[in-house]
Amino acid sequence: MIQFVFIAFMVLTLASALVVLLTKNVLYAAFSLLGTFLGVSALYVLAGADFLAVAQILVYVGGVLVLLIFGVMLTNQQGNKSRGRNDITTESSNRVLGVFVMLGFSATLLYTFGRARFLTIQDSLFEAVEPTSTTQTIGVELMTNYVLPFEVSGVLLMAVLIGAAYLSTKTKN
Amino acid sequence: MDNSFLPYYLLTSALLFSIGLALVVVKRNIIVVLMGIELMLNAVNVNLVAFSKNDPSLQGQIFSLFVIVVAACEAVIALAIVLKVYEHFKTVNLDEINELKK
Repeated sequence: MIQFVFIAFMVLTLASALVVLLTKNVLYAAFSLLGTFLGVSALYVLAGADFLAVAQILVYVGGVLVLLIFGVMLTNQQGNKSRGRNDITTESSNRVLGVFVMLGFSATLLYTFGRARFLTIQDSLFEAVEPTSTTQTIGVELMTNYVLPFEVSGVLLMAVLIGAAYLSTKTKN
Repeated sequence: MDNSFLPYYLLTSALLFSIGLALVVVKRNIIVVLMGIELMLNAVNVNLVAFSKNDPSLQGQIFSLFVIVVAACEAVIALAIVLKVYEHFKTVNLDEINELKK
């Protein structure tokens, strides 16, 4: 049963990522990215990372995706009628090169993953445990071993907040 | 629970990363290029989470949590810059944005 669920979410993730690649409409790409993010978060759940799955939905679907859709809408205000075409449909260039790079890169990665015995290495490192809630462990680890990166990311978020507010103000000429 | 799905996670993340790379190379709209970068970061996160399964100290998951934070920051700053670029050039086509000063 869980195999079918896993395969279904894997197919959802990859199919909606392919739709992002193949569609010409930017808005369709943004909506299709929703499927990718949801599929990835379901894959997190199936890997026993429940907190990360919720964080993925909150940050990506609730934040980044909304921001991207706002970006699409704000950059198509007049529809660019002066040049007789609309920026909502994206052009693509270097198509042959892009597909070549994509196929070469994925072939390299798949060859490496096929040759390396990651499964045996990983199984010999950790013994199999039943998945439990990871929230408490992540909270304790963030406040003990990873307190410096935690604080630094707080400072980073503050800087980003100020930077984004400064950058998005209108310049007066 | 054993980690028998690990090869499928690796397959998913390899294909997701390649699709993101192809988006960055092929598409000419800045926002779609940003989507490609987000897809690549997501692929890295999938790998980290898949390898940290059964790990009691959850190092991989915490690392990917920080990756999510930095990815969100990157998206915010990049979109602010995109809005500035649109205000200046009146286009988001990367081929037409080819000078630093006008």
